[in-house]
Amino acid sequence: MNRLTLFIPLLVCLALGAFLYSSLDSDPQELPSALIGKPFPEFSLPDLNDAERQRNPSDFRGDDGKGRVVLVNVWATWCYACRIEHHFLNILAEQGVAIVGLNYKDDRAMAQDWLTNRGDPYLFSIFDAEGTLGIDLGVYGAPETYLLDAEGVIRHRRVGVVDQRVWDEEFHALYQQLTDDADAR
Amino acid sequence: MLAKRVSLRIFLRAAIACLALGTSSLFAGVDVVDFSDESLRPRYQQLVEELRCPKCQNQNLADSNSAISQDLRRQVQQLLEKGLSDDEIKAYLTSRYSDFILYRPDVNKNTWALWGAPVVLLLLGLFLLRRMSSKKSQPIVPTVTSNERDQERLRKLLGDDKGDVQQ
Repeated sequence: MNRLTLFIPLLVCLALGAFLYSSLDSDPQELPSALIGKPFPEFSLPDLNDAERQRNPSDFRGDDGKGRVVLVNVWATWCYACRIEHHFLNILAEQGVAIVGLNYKDDRAMAQDWLTNRGDPYLFSIFDAEGTLGIDLGVYGAPETYLLDAEGVIRHRRVGVVDQRVWDEEFHALYQQLTDDADAR
Repeated sequence: MLAKRVSLRIFLRAAIACLALGTSSLFAGVDVVDFSDESLRPRYQQLVEELRCPKCQNQNLADSNSAISQDLRRQVQQLLEKGLSDDEIKAYLTSRYSDFILYRPDVNKNTWALWGAPVVLLLLGLFLLRRMSSKKSQPIVPTVTSNERDQERLRKLLGDDKGDVQQ
């Protein structure tokens, strides 16, 4: 019995080692999103290309007024990683994925130039100069991408660049499933 | 002697100036905040020190100069002006940024280990300390060699003049 208690420190060390080793993979930068499963926050903000036009969540619906699955992509011209991401967003848009841009704390003219030069993958872009919708979404950097189901509920969030790998790993299956659900209704 | 005293005084002044510069640079990141009611200021200070910058790993809102921290400081100020309580402001931010933003999170199913661990470790430490000290205070019982022949050998080894080993 006494002999066995001698092994306690070893066991404690092994357990601690296993715990710390498993923690190596977790990214401390990653915040758990508080908004998964909740509806996209209410907002009323001008359109990037048309300052007179106010955008609100009802614009996420299609022209026929039916709900649809959309990606909301937070971007800005000052965001370096958005440059890398933009090309892949163009590809997604070509494949028919509905993407709404949230132009976050940016300069309107520069943002318009950006879309003219690099192509515009967005159905429309919301112009959030003050970052108010950003705060409501819990945005803490750009780029960020949210996947909304046809009801306008946030189903997935990605902080950082979405590229082919991330799309395949995190988005594609869920996107497909949500689109099928929406079509079945 | 006089020269020494003067140089010491200069040295002290320089040291004080350095300290003053050092502290002022600490506060350089914090913007000037105006309140309609000055009584809000201490609550604002308390909140921005207790709230964590979501973008940075180990800074609170008060210390961080990142864009998101500036926005959130402004948001906290506006919410205070609107008359929200401290708890309401924290709830407002956790509903958007999750518990991550609190340096002093509430006790819930995600945080009980965080709050409980120090107490458990303290109790464990006290328990071990008690066990170890009670073992030490026990008198060391000398082992008595029972065998007569061993006793004889021992007596011979020690020599008769050392006296009887048996107690």
